[in-house]
Amino acid sequence: MIKADTIEQAASRIMANAAIDIPDDYESGIRAMIDTEKGDLSAFVLEAMLENWQAAREDRRPMCADSGLPRYYVKTGNEARIEGGFVALEYRLRKATAQATHDIPLRPNRVHPLTRQDNNNNVGMNAPEIEYSFEPDADWIDITSVHKGGLFGSDYRMLFPGDGIDGIKRFFLDVLFAFGKRGLACQPAIVGVGLGGSKDTCMVLGKQAACLRTVGSRHPQPEVAKLEGELKELGNKTGLGAMGFNGTSTVVGCNIEVGYTHTGGMPMSVHCFCLSSRRATARIHANGSVDYRTDPQWFTPYMRRGSVGWDGDAALSGAAE
Amino acid sequence: MGARADKLNHVRLQTPVSDEDLAKLEIGSVAFLDGVIYTAREGVYEKILNKGETPAVDFAKLTNVNFHCAPAAAQNDDGSFTVGAVTATASFRFAKYLKRWFAETGAKVIIGKGGMSQAHYNELFVPVGAVYLTTVGYGTGALLGRGIKSVEAVNWLDELGIAQAMWILKVENFGPLLVESDIRGQSLFERNNAELAARVEGLYEGLKPPALSRYGETRDKTEELI
Repeated sequence: MIKADTIEQAASRIMANAAIDIPDDYESGIRAMIDTEKGDLSAFVLEAMLENWQAAREDRRPMCADSGLPRYYVKTGNEARIEGGFVALEYRLRKATAQATHDIPLRPNRVHPLTRQDNNNNVGMNAPEIEYSFEPDADWIDITSVHKGGLFGSDYRMLFPGDGIDGIKRFFLDVLFAFGKRGLACQPAIVGVGLGGSKDTCMVLGKQAACLRTVGSRHPQPEVAKLEGELKELGNKTGLGAMGFNGTSTVVGCNIEVGYTHTGGMPMSVHCFCLSSRRATARIHANGSVDYRTDPQWFTPYMRRGSVGWDGDAALSGAAE
Repeated sequence: MGARADKLNHVRLQTPVSDEDLAKLEIGSVAFLDGVIYTAREGVYEKILNKGETPAVDFAKLTNVNFHCAPAAAQNDDGSFTVGAVTATASFRFAKYLKRWFAETGAKVIIGKGGMSQAHYNELFVPVGAVYLTTVGYGTGALLGRGIKSVEAVNWLDELGIAQAMWILKVENFGPLLVESDIRGQSLFERNNAELAARVEGLYEGLKPPALSRYGETRDKTEELI
């Protein structure tokens, strides 16, 4: 039985970790980009970011003041049992959000969309979002805290099968030009692309691809992985560097997730996870011990299964049907 | 600062920034500030400019530096404030307030994210001799947070909340910032976008347009959207 207190403590800690500590995979990706960046202004910006991350670590202060929209992703082992059930879990996550907002401190960004009323704690109606997934043969729960900026860098479009790879590339470029100029997207970004699904699934998959996969990860299907590589290369040829200054540093990683979609459509979404790619994960084991990491490990083979049933790795990609 | 920073010109500015110092600023220089700055975004402009409320500060005596920002801050039990990080928010949204803001407060330096359009520089900034300093990254919140030495006052905290309130901050070696526009209205972003425009056509070449178009305000990818 996983105790509710343990959940709250772990959630508070990953709220702070996400806000303060840039994930290693992202920082390594940016260091590599500095080495190849020819634009002096773009390179200067990236060097300033390295210095900023160091200052955040040393002072234990947030790397960015825009706390974005802090939210959670919960992956629950099929055998996991939670004290008080999921109502208790959700209460503890909301409590940790309010407490962390005051203690770190984070900026209380969440307001009512019409009245603009602010509870000053990043909690409100439908906030923070808590999304769930499941994992077979496991008795732990993974909780991931993501603080992603909320204003620029995402878009959705219904494409059609005949639009093909050209249509995908055009829309990818459209989004980068729309939000990359002047650096509104806070690039270089982990660019997440959602392909397929229904419209809402398409947005969710793209956002999760940006926020819950690491720099350098590859989709297991070769066709998808190939497109990830092509889009990354295309994005870095736009001439947009950091802050939109001339350069080659726009896409530090491109992660695509796919969902089976309507036979007549090819919906696509694009999402930019920014120079403060804030994510942190806690795994809470059944015995109460907690491990912390920066790779959410969200897209497991079970998540990407294509078959009716679940038969381990054989079910991946739908080929097992 | 890193090796690439050494290739850029560096300046240190004292607030209120004098006309003489403003005139010397060159776009693309790295700037650090000492003195006093205040934050103002939608809530503050609406209050002072559209609702006619009187600010509790005399801007002419305080400073001429306006920061488009909201800090990551919290109020402690004793009433004091902890400011962790500060970063800017995109400035183009506030252009509509700026003409009156410059006139009523004497602001000469805007610090923010993303700069303004050339038209805004020409119409709003050049006539009053104002410049725009952009934050870097974006998201150097920890470095800028280190530059804040104290919170001098917070106006309208209860009504507007932490994010929209007007924060008056004492700063030291506050930066890095980049000089985005000078008093003649030359702009680093505009110069950069002009160079970028030359590449756009080539990138789309050979990619056939999608079957279904979208309603939109522009199809020209070299055009600015702000």
